Amino acid sequence: MSDPNGLIQPGRPAPGFTLPSTPDGRQTGPEQFRGRPVVLAFYPADWSPVCGDQMSLYQAAGPVFDQYQAMVLGISVDSVWSHRAFAESQGITFPLLSDFEPKGEVARRYGAYLPQGEAARALVVLDQAGTVAWSYLSAPDVNPGADGIFDALDNLARDRKVMAG
Amino acid sequence: MTTPLQVTARLREPVTADDHVRGPSNAPVTIIEYGDFQCRFCGAAYPNLHELLRQRADTVRLVYRYFPIANVHPYAERAAETAEAAGARGKFWEMHDWLYEHQDQLDPVHLSLGVEQLGLPPDELNGEVERREFADRVRRDFVGGIRSGVNGTPTLFVNDVRHDGGYDLPDLLAAVDAAANA
Repeated sequence: MSDPNGLIQPGRPAPGFTLPSTPDGRQTGPEQFRGRPVVLAFYPADWSPVCGDQMSLYQAAGPVFDQYQAMVLGISVDSVWSHRAFAESQGITFPLLSDFEPKGEVARRYGAYLPQGEAARALVVLDQAGTVAWSYLSAPDVNPGADGIFDALDNLARDRKVMAG
Repeated sequence: MTTPLQVTARLREPVTADDHVRGPSNAPVTIIEYGDFQCRFCGAAYPNLHELLRQRADTVRLVYRYFPIANVHPYAERAAETAEAAGARGKFWEMHDWLYEHQDQLDPVHLSLGVEQLGLPPDELNGEVERREFADRVRRDFVGGIRSGVNGTPTLFVNDVRHDGGYDLPDLLAAVDAAANA
């Protein structure tokens, strides 16, 4: 069911899940990366026809995500085969998860599913313990970029420093 | 669903002496382009930006920053580093123009010919690029761009605000005139 409150908000525990992923074909989910920030990037569909493709951008920004030890997971309702071809065409090496069967179930649990049967273009940053630290819903046709994600990761790093101090 | 938030991205890296600038330094409007020399959309915007600078010569200056998306454009980083090597010899804009006018010739062999055409020493530049001497500079532009909300190429900032409109000449003229009259 769709979450009537919309996109999951900061402070909530992230619903656990695993989904089939490409390029490696395994089951992948956020719990496998506890201790690191996790970025869930829900997006409507593979094969956006522009150079400004969001997943391609996140691949190019990989070294910056690495500085935060952040794990990026792309999620759409496309099949693993579509993901595999898309990842190859864009040189994407981070996991693209297939929310394919039951269709869109994970997107629904995060409040990121659209009535037309695709995931919304939504970003969810999880902290090292799996709590939602930041979330953002973009219009489906607007690539939100990565500036909001990095601001959220900066805040997480700062909070940890304060707690350690 | 909550209503999508429309937050307009703003430039976070001000123009410095290290930037490549074309146009009057005291222009009231500054356009910063984050571009990828192998991106065909940047190639399509190139003549329009050129004409914009001609028609608004007293109003606008253009700053170019590197944003190579290497996973889809295998020649983009090398092209950017070559432009920077040319820039170190005072020929950044000549190289920039050559690259956008020869987007189908960015492979190493043709790129070397282009470098030579501009009167630069191809072997010396090749060596510097092979040693990645300008990689840090290119990466600094990229990281500053991604922190500012660059979401693809080209991305333009007009007086520090991301331009979310088109790249045809009328769109660009309208954006510059609006910024000049703001």
